[in-house]
Amino acid sequence: MPLLEVDSLTVDYRTSTGTIRAVEDVSFSLNKGQKLGLAGESGSGKSTLGLSIIRLVPYPGVIAKGHIKIDGTDILKLPAHEMRSIRGGKAAYIFQDPMTSLNPVKKIGAHFVELINTHEPNTSKEEVSERTKTVLKNLEILPERMNDYPHQFSGGMRQRIMIGLAIALNPDLVIADEPTTALDVIVQAKILELLENLRKMYGMALILISHDLSIILERCDKIIIMYAGHMLEYAPSMELHKEPKHPYTQGLLQSIPNIELSDQKLAAIPGSPPNMLNPPKGCSFWPRCSYAKKICQMKEPPLVNVDHNHLVRCVLYDKGEVHAERNREG
Amino acid sequence: MLSEIVKVEHLKKYFPVQKSFLEQLFTRELSYVKAVDDVAFSIRSGEIFTLAGESGCGKTTAGRVIVRLLEPTSGKIYFNGQDITKLKGEKLRLLRRKMQIIFQDPYASLNPRMKTVDAVGHPLEIHGLAKGREKKKRVLDVLERVGLTPPEQFINLYPHQLSGGQRQRIALARSIIFKPEFMVADEPVSMIDVSLRTTIIDLMLSFRKELGLTYLFITHDLAVAKYISNRIAIMYLGRIIEIGHKESLFLDPKHPYTQALLSAIPVPNPKRERKRIELSGEVPSAIDMPTGCRFHPRCPYRTDKCSKEEPQLIEVEKNHFVACHLMK
Repeated sequence: MPLLEVDSLTVDYRTSTGTIRAVEDVSFSLNKGQKLGLAGESGSGKSTLGLSIIRLVPYPGVIAKGHIKIDGTDILKLPAHEMRSIRGGKAAYIFQDPMTSLNPVKKIGAHFVELINTHEPNTSKEEVSERTKTVLKNLEILPERMNDYPHQFSGGMRQRIMIGLAIALNPDLVIADEPTTALDVIVQAKILELLENLRKMYGMALILISHDLSIILERCDKIIIMYAGHMLEYAPSMELHKEPKHPYTQGLLQSIPNIELSDQKLAAIPGSPPNMLNPPKGCSFWPRCSYAKKICQMKEPPLVNVDHNHLVRCVLYDKGEVHAERNREG
Repeated sequence: MLSEIVKVEHLKKYFPVQKSFLEQLFTRELSYVKAVDDVAFSIRSGEIFTLAGESGCGKTTAGRVIVRLLEPTSGKIYFNGQDITKLKGEKLRLLRRKMQIIFQDPYASLNPRMKTVDAVGHPLEIHGLAKGREKKKRVLDVLERVGLTPPEQFINLYPHQLSGGQRQRIALARSIIFKPEFMVADEPVSMIDVSLRTTIIDLMLSFRKELGLTYLFITHDLAVAKYISNRIAIMYLGRIIEIGHKESLFLDPKHPYTQALLSAIPVPNPKRERKRIELSGEVPSAIDMPTGCRFHPRCPYRTDKCSKEEPQLIEVEKNHFVACHLMK
């Protein structure tokens, strides 16, 4: 049984100006210990998708359709108090901004005490302190520093503490939402490395959400490409790198500078992402797609399995037509 | 040999640190954040010169001092051979037509209450060059240049009606309306979505050809820097520690910091086994600078000399300068 099953999930934001369908008909599953990447630009629905897995979609968001199962239990049907024990206990979330996710008037140690006492009320004081020290040690932070306040730490260290809080209860799944976007490259590399080591050590599955396809390609086994709330492509990283199928994925890969290539020619994707209050009919990408045909404007293409485990939502593949020509190097 | 359009010598910019009342009673001495601490380089006409480094290294401050948005603490700035460090009044205003700057955040750099036609045309009015119909004509012309077509559709829109990419194009249009010779581009694409970045970069590259524009490009993203620039200078804690042509810098980085920085950049390739150079600690504060080489507390190759003597930039290969004691 997979650890996480998401089945035809649809999330709406019901705003006063209209309903925004932030995530539409997304299905995937994740086994224990796997690493999944959610890639997409701002507004693609990747964070909403991540948040709905722990049922924290902010108001006015509503999970309109679909099922989410963790270890076989449909969490959308759980009462609130049972959901609380899943959050943090079974599935933990690492937020983007380490500056605002820690309580500024509480010492670092108190964050851990609160977390452990809430989930495991019978733990003795000594044991809580012992466990906090072990986690801090694994984060390469001196255990004495549990008596310091968040402002006494640098941005990179605060993000490490956030990771520590996420893994302290040894969850099966960690969702990391842009965990390094606010940080410099050297710190970013260090944190991603640390996250990977801890993931192996604790045997967790990881969902990494990022706008940076380079990080996702480097760090994940499987990748979902999101665009305007839709899953446009879902493939193993190796496949996606070797043979991106969707014109949007091809365009994205052609617009990322790669320091290992010399004389790289970047190509732009024309136009801009759609207004989600008034999305285009048919395929969400057609107004920017150079292969768009009449049929693309009429109906949303189905997600088809083109290769072993390589899913694409594009009419180019629906009818067994020759796939779009690529001119990407490397 | 290309002529030098911009040259800076011994450029310093220190910001005084505000002290508490008690500290003021006990010490007279002021402490400073040494944002830019003795930087020298020159930019050749027609090239794209990049200042790169992590946050807090002083790259943005350096850019702002060069276009005279900030007063340098000491040092000299030359533009086309003329010393502009102390220019004032009308002369400084005339200089501004030739050097422009665009900023990182297109949500903050445009006045939310100004329509496109006014925002882009405002510099013309300030300088008394055009107004009314003539202004509108020139605005339409530059909007077309930055790819906002048809321009008539955009001139009456307010910033909130535009996307991030479109706003950055408007900022770009405003900065080229004087047909400047030199532009400082401070992280112009770091807040723009990946799929739209390339169009902004391509526009900047096309202006270099069409308008003969020279750029000082400021970025933390070395992959973008490699794509766009001719020469790159790496900054660390207010100093330039390495300058070179991008080919030699990326192929053969000399300074231990540059090596670590390059090894940390993610590469869009799942097959690649990466060897990262680990650095200990984090960037120290720019107030209490380490003695000697400012990188030595984190450097894996440090020697006794490094904590005592500050290394100077020396030419180790043709056009490749490095400030490190290991190089001799």
